[in-house]
Amino acid sequence: MSAGLSPGAGHALELAGLTRRYGAFTAVQDVSLSVASGEFLTLLGPSGSGKTTILMMVAGFTEPSEGHVRLDGRDITVLPPERRDFGMVFQGYALFPHMTVAENVAFPLRVRGISRAARDEKVKAALDLVQLDRFADRKPAQLSGGQQQRVALARALVFEPALLLLDEPLSALDKKLRGELQEELKTLHRRIGRTFINVTHDQEEALRLSDRVAILDHGRLVQQGTPQDLYERPKTRFVADFLGRSNFLAGTVREVRPGAMALLAGATRLVQAVPEGSPRLALGAPGVLALRPEKITLLAAGETADTEVTGAIAAWSYHGTGFALAVQTADLGLLQVALPAWRAPIAPTEGMPVRLGWPADASVPVAEDSHAA
Amino acid sequence: MRRDLGWWALLLPAFLMMTVLYVAPILQVLAISVTEPTLGTGNYERLLSNAGVQRVILTTLRIGLLTTGIALLLGYALAYVIALARPAAQRWWLLGVLLPLWISVLVRAFAWVTLLRRQGLVNQGLQALGAIDSPLQLVWNEFGVVVGMVHYMVPYAVLPMLASMREIDPRLLVAARGMGASRGMVFGRVFLPLSLPGVVAAAVLVFIFSLGFYITPAILGGGKTLMTAEWIKLQILDLVRWGMGAMLATVLVGAILATLAVFSRVVDLRRLFGARA
Repeated sequence: MSAGLSPGAGHALELAGLTRRYGAFTAVQDVSLSVASGEFLTLLGPSGSGKTTILMMVAGFTEPSEGHVRLDGRDITVLPPERRDFGMVFQGYALFPHMTVAENVAFPLRVRGISRAARDEKVKAALDLVQLDRFADRKPAQLSGGQQQRVALARALVFEPALLLLDEPLSALDKKLRGELQEELKTLHRRIGRTFINVTHDQEEALRLSDRVAILDHGRLVQQGTPQDLYERPKTRFVADFLGRSNFLAGTVREVRPGAMALLAGATRLVQAVPEGSPRLALGAPGVLALRPEKITLLAAGETADTEVTGAIAAWSYHGTGFALAVQTADLGLLQVALPAWRAPIAPTEGMPVRLGWPADASVPVAEDSHAA
Repeated sequence: MRRDLGWWALLLPAFLMMTVLYVAPILQVLAISVTEPTLGTGNYERLLSNAGVQRVILTTLRIGLLTTGIALLLGYALAYVIALARPAAQRWWLLGVLLPLWISVLVRAFAWVTLLRRQGLVNQGLQALGAIDSPLQLVWNEFGVVVGMVHYMVPYAVLPMLASMREIDPRLLVAARGMGASRGMVFGRVFLPLSLPGVVAAAVLVFIFSLGFYITPAILGGGKTLMTAEWIKLQILDLVRWGMGAMLATVLVGAILATLAVFSRVVDLRRLFGARA
């Protein structure tokens, strides 16, 4: 660990009933969220979901119409941004083009009136942290995109901020570099143990980096939880669709028993596990189940599953690690199926009849979205 | 190659017009300065010996620098306001800056005379307020010349600086505040340094313009404040000393080229004349 950046000084943030209106348009609607000290939280949503507006309210650039922002219990809702002491990596990095890398990183220290000697030491430590010490005297224009991103990171961390805010930090980079920097960012977070709040529309990035993800849609907080929690147990159709891919199976509830229920879609019986404490659907009510393509298996002759359905392969493609099949069924429409390619039980051809099956806990009941047309 | 030749041929009329009507007369002026009244550098020696010429050159430099300084200050403030205004407001501001450019320089010089003369609006207003007892001498001196020239020059100062300010990414200013900088520090450490190329460009443009000013100093100087252009006119048209007039004209061209040469090392001059870098 470098001398300039001490680990473990994370701070907790709380958003209470945060709302932001622009005229008649509500960009953020009643969002309450808490971020624990040292946590990596990602605000995930499509463009226009209000995630950036929330970050700007946390940073102090946008004032909430209603609600409060609290840092370690202290209300900072109206504190101007320059007095919040938050580090921020801006979209497009916003590096100062007339300053060298070292001068860019030193900027937050200069405006705080820190002496030259202390400044030099901290700048060196921050550049070491992101492995850019050799580039201290270059101008930002002489650096690659990934290096610029790291300068922005060093500049945001150099003054040991209470909180690090990241606004789409990796969106300007190509896919391979993005993957590398995701790993670096995650390692960095573990090393310095500070509280990170990240904003992205990239669901893969959110899943890989975060301790916790908050999913936003149309200015509302739809669901929050660990990446695994959100992927495995989406509460709404939007979440299931936005995080990865899902099949949606619509049916009518026909049987309700402790721990399980069954829906009928045409002649197909959909068996659904209902864990203890989760909301149950009433008998006769319509329901929608979300089912991940990789949880569907191809049934061999004589093999059985909780839910079984027959169909024919309508289209298929090969992706190296697996096959993606689109199977046309009579009762459930077109089903997306992901089949591992290694020792696949079949060589797919169009029109080939197949029997599909999945266990009762593979699918999950989801609510239709309130704003859906 | 033949096709290229055709394109070059299209440039020929313009090229001929430039050489025959522009470059040739300038060369002729250069020639006159060393041939009239006698062959030799006699006219140039006057630069060192003649106090009158020296005074004119010093006056020109002093007024030029003063005009440049004041026009830059006013122009920077204007450009700053325009650059940060909303797009709709920007259009009105720009119109206000450009409007004076479409009014004849002669009209504007006489307008300043009526405002600044002894019975003019400014003196009468100040007397009515009781600020002064007797009218101030505001015109037919260097003060009047500088007022008129600054007024003419402010738009030329605004435009290069505004272009430079518009290229500044507004997110940089937001980022600087987010990193703890006060508004003053954002301006001093980020905005000002980034707008500096425009300031240098504006300074070169305004200073070069100022050196060759004729109508405004002639009217607002009232014949008492002599600047280079008026002095040249005096030598050639009134005293018929072609050699002296041509000599100072040559010195003026030389001074302008020297200024450009110096600043071309500092700023990209193509930007100054409207080309995109």
